[in-house]
Amino acid sequence: MAEFNTSVKEQGKISIVNLNGFLDAHTASTLENTFSSLVDNNKFNIVVNFKDLSYISSAGLGVFMAFIEKVRENGGDIKLSAMSEKVFNIFDLLGFPLLYEIFNTEGEAIKKFEEKK
Amino acid sequence: MKYLILKVKQLKNSKRKNKLSNNNKHIRKKLVIKSRTENLSSLRDFISENANVAGLSTDEIDDIILAVDEACTNIIKHAYKSMPDGEIVIEIDYNSKKFTIKLIDHGNSFDPQLVPLPDLKKYLKQRKVGGLGLYLMKSLMDDVQYISVPGKYNQVLLSKNLNN
Repeated sequence: MAEFNTSVKEQGKISIVNLNGFLDAHTASTLENTFSSLVDNNKFNIVVNFKDLSYISSAGLGVFMAFIEKVRENGGDIKLSAMSEKVFNIFDLLGFPLLYEIFNTEGEAIKKFEEKK
Repeated sequence: MKYLILKVKQLKNSKRKNKLSNNNKHIRKKLVIKSRTENLSSLRDFISENANVAGLSTDEIDDIILAVDEACTNIIKHAYKSMPDGEIVIEIDYNSKKFTIKLIDHGNSFDPQLVPLPDLKKYLKQRKVGGLGLYLMKSLMDDVQYISVPGKYNQVLLSKNLNN
């Protein structure tokens, strides 16, 4: 069975979500739960770190689509960072760079939130 | 005893078949799984191992793994409507020119003509989630073909041309 988990750390008003493993139609619900819990707790400044994500399919991409609107309506954003070339190529193929800000490092994504303040 | 003799015969036959296909450099492999998303990872391993043996590049293998995952996810969610006990047969067939994966199910039929390729910009703006799988499959593979015999079976054929 595919291994996937998330961990969240708080840095000021920013929540950093680390993804680890394989994100597919089976494991997408784990990420849904993570985002749901952030949104329920009014945490709308979200940085996702993809450094340890080995694989993503469209079911995984769909989770980002499902939450972005709600997060932006509340003045926040989901910023993506540290993707491997393989994972970035899938996001790129589906045109996600039009919708999401994607940064080379977690630090750059955090900085972008801080500039806004 | 009868069973044993039958088994030995089957074994001999299958060895002969393997030898034949090796001579023709035409290799076939088969996997049968139940329609559960928890099986996607073993499906990906099956594709990965065989594509490796076939000598494909890492990029080609990654493309094929994702396309097959998307095809299988569509079968689980749409053909079998997430019923856990549907059967999905996956057959790999390759030679030096082409790597083909056939997925067969006995769920609801599907007409890909009814799923237009999305205008991605518009599509993303509308926050639509479904339909991206088919788009990915067509982008990652050289050929994607659906055959549907309603009430009997559906078949999707994914092919990648090999440049060696």
